[in-house]
Amino acid sequence: MQIHVDAEKCQGHNRCYALAPELFDVDDYGNAVVIGDGSVPPELEDRARLALANCPEFAITISE
Amino acid sequence: MTSTEDFTPVVDWATDFDHADPQYNRNAHAIWAELRGTCPVAHSERYGGTWLPTTHEYVREIAYDTENFTSRGVVVEKSLPLEPAPIGGAPPITSDPPFHIEARKLLLPPFAPKKIEPWEPEIRKLCNGLLDAMMDNVAQGKPIDAAADYAKRIPVNVIARMLGFPLKDEELFLEFVHNVLEGIDDEPEIRIEKFERLTQYVIAQIEDHYANPRDDLTSYLMSVELFGSKLSVEHVGGSIILLLIAGIDTTWSAIGSSLWHLANNPEDLARLVADPSLIPTAVEEFLRVYAPVTMARLVAKDHDFHGCPMKVDEWVLLPFPAANLDPLVFPDADKVIIDRAENRHSAFGLGIHRCLGSNLARLELTIAIQEFIARFPSFEIAGTEDDVVWSVGQIRGPREMPIQVIDSRI
Repeated sequence: MQIHVDAEKCQGHNRCYALAPELFDVDDYGNAVVIGDGSVPPELEDRARLALANCPEFAITISE
Repeated sequence: MTSTEDFTPVVDWATDFDHADPQYNRNAHAIWAELRGTCPVAHSERYGGTWLPTTHEYVREIAYDTENFTSRGVVVEKSLPLEPAPIGGAPPITSDPPFHIEARKLLLPPFAPKKIEPWEPEIRKLCNGLLDAMMDNVAQGKPIDAAADYAKRIPVNVIARMLGFPLKDEELFLEFVHNVLEGIDDEPEIRIEKFERLTQYVIAQIEDHYANPRDDLTSYLMSVELFGSKLSVEHVGGSIILLLIAGIDTTWSAIGSSLWHLANNPEDLARLVADPSLIPTAVEEFLRVYAPVTMARLVAKDHDFHGCPMKVDEWVLLPFPAANLDPLVFPDADKVIIDRAENRHSAFGLGIHRCLGSNLARLELTIAIQEFIARFPSFEIAGTEDDVVWSVGQIRGPREMPIQVIDSRI
């Protein structure tokens, strides 16, 4: 599983960073960035889906 | 249209709504539900023409459409704002692209999560100080006011500390906020006069910071550069006014509404007391259902919006709380489910104007609830719902809320 954040859509609500800090970080402006190359270990896949489902701007996508 | 006509009680919410009618905020959920089913974009002649979309789809569409809708005016009033687009009177909230992002980028860093998290101990101490002050009344079995003496005091103290303003001026800040957000019935000349007092106060504070620079948000704003030069006093002052106005009523309302819910739903209260780890999830649900902020836009040019003939300079209310209750987007939208895991709510807005202070607001709201229910694990509304006074205008929340504490600790 691979996660992506669309920097154009992200407005810095920080839901992903709060729900899955192992997968998402925030920059100095409070906008989300994926940690590392965005690959999700199997034990964190549910957290990745939760982050996606809570993003108000639909900025997160998952590819498998 | 005269003011007397403006403020006659509303009879038909679909054709003559008025968000300043005291019945509006008290009955908002029912009004939005009714409109969503029968007239998803309502129109009223009041305030020179005002539109009210109530579905998630329409609220979202308008929030993203900065071509047809300008943020030059974000508080519906009888007169149009004096300052032109794209900067507006209180950048960046009143700004449009392309200027908007430049002004916003200046304010984003001090409100980013990692700059806000360190405020936690101070906010917790502040909450406990307010709770301590209530203990005499609680010990005597008297009601406390969880809106006026708790919820209201938290954000005003936090923002005054961040700005480096004198804490003794707390009552003055509260008066300024009231004038801007709830004094919408005032005639334009009265509004301008009241706003001038706020401006003069802020300018005096800026001058004090020039004379005595210190490590706070005001000094930060005076030091940053935009397009290669320092900000004008008007820009610094406008941004400070924005932070004062936007940071106080809103968080106060969110804390108050959340406590109102817990006072009325003892099973939810007991569950959070038993399992405080659920509080952050519950906070998101409170933000969804009781989102305090309805923003506004002005129509930038005549256009047709899903069959509605919108005319330039008409107001458009942007009720994010109504969007959050849309059953097409949220299953069981009208139910408060405190462990709702998937919660794509828009309490802090959508698009480029996402609430700048959302990280601070969440922190204050979470701590305020944690500390209140740890101190008072059981409480209810003292008296009846008629004893709760709700705000008037675009920010929705209880302004007076008598609470009877049933069980207290320490």
